[in-house]
Amino acid sequence: MDTPATYLELGFIVISVPNLLVILTMVGIFIAALLAPFPGHHAIEEDGDVRPE
Amino acid sequence: MSAPSSTPATTSVPGPADTTWAGAVRRFLERNLPLTHLLPSRQPFFVGSWVYIFGVVAITSLVWVVGSGIVLASFGPGWWHIEAMGRFVNSMHFWSVQLLFLFTALHLWGQYFMASWRDGRAPTWIVGVLVFLIALVTGFTGYVSQQNFDAQWIAINAKDGINATGAGSFFNVLDFGQMYGLHVAVLPATVAVALAIHVMLVRIRGVVKPIEPPAPKDAAAQATSGSGTAKGGKA
Repeated sequence: MDTPATYLELGFIVISVPNLLVILTMVGIFIAALLAPFPGHHAIEEDGDVRPE
Repeated sequence: MSAPSSTPATTSVPGPADTTWAGAVRRFLERNLPLTHLLPSRQPFFVGSWVYIFGVVAITSLVWVVGSGIVLASFGPGWWHIEAMGRFVNSMHFWSVQLLFLFTALHLWGQYFMASWRDGRAPTWIVGVLVFLIALVTGFTGYVSQQNFDAQWIAINAKDGINATGAGSFFNVLDFGQMYGLHVAVLPATVAVALAIHVMLVRIRGVVKPIEPPAPKDAAAQATSGSGTAKGGKA
């Protein structure tokens, strides 16, 4: 905890490893949310919270 | 027993001529936010995706932030720095905030790629941005309210930056009383009100429909008509 984080440098991009891990985790969660099947997803398209546009 | 024959004389039935502010508010709520919109039993088909969960998880994180914050404010800095339970609640407060911003950012990504400001939902988007910005300032005032060397380091370094913006005269990060008051009272209340408006707007307009690609026939017709009205063509 008392030691500074390791930093990665790619040209003008400088980022700490912890920050990079957080960003990669967020991207992973986002992709998983897009791909993972949603439980109890009903198959009827025209029902539910329908309201006029 | 006989059925009541008439309406009691003391009951007034507001008609179309009801011009009171209470009547106007009631008609607005009945028109825009009936209970079936506020608490729908089912969501549309397209809401069956984990992407729609991010906003709810962010709100859940906020509930934990506020709950742990109330406990911290009740017992004070000596408790949250020294006592084992105080340090645990302090950590819970910190990590709840991390989850709040993580899932708020994911919610932002999801709504951005769905262009969720469509079909009259721009106010929902704008209020959501305001919630995010106010929450950022709330988090910042929390970092300088820890009552430790970390807070002092952040505040002293931030002072120059805040002064450079011109806000240093009324937003003094070295004034613990001001930062703490903003952090535990003013800003959380503002976040709560703005978040309530955000959720109400979502309920009023409903969840935005996904962007659907045009059907092949429509796309062909659109291309044909588009070429006829393109720049340089005859009006």
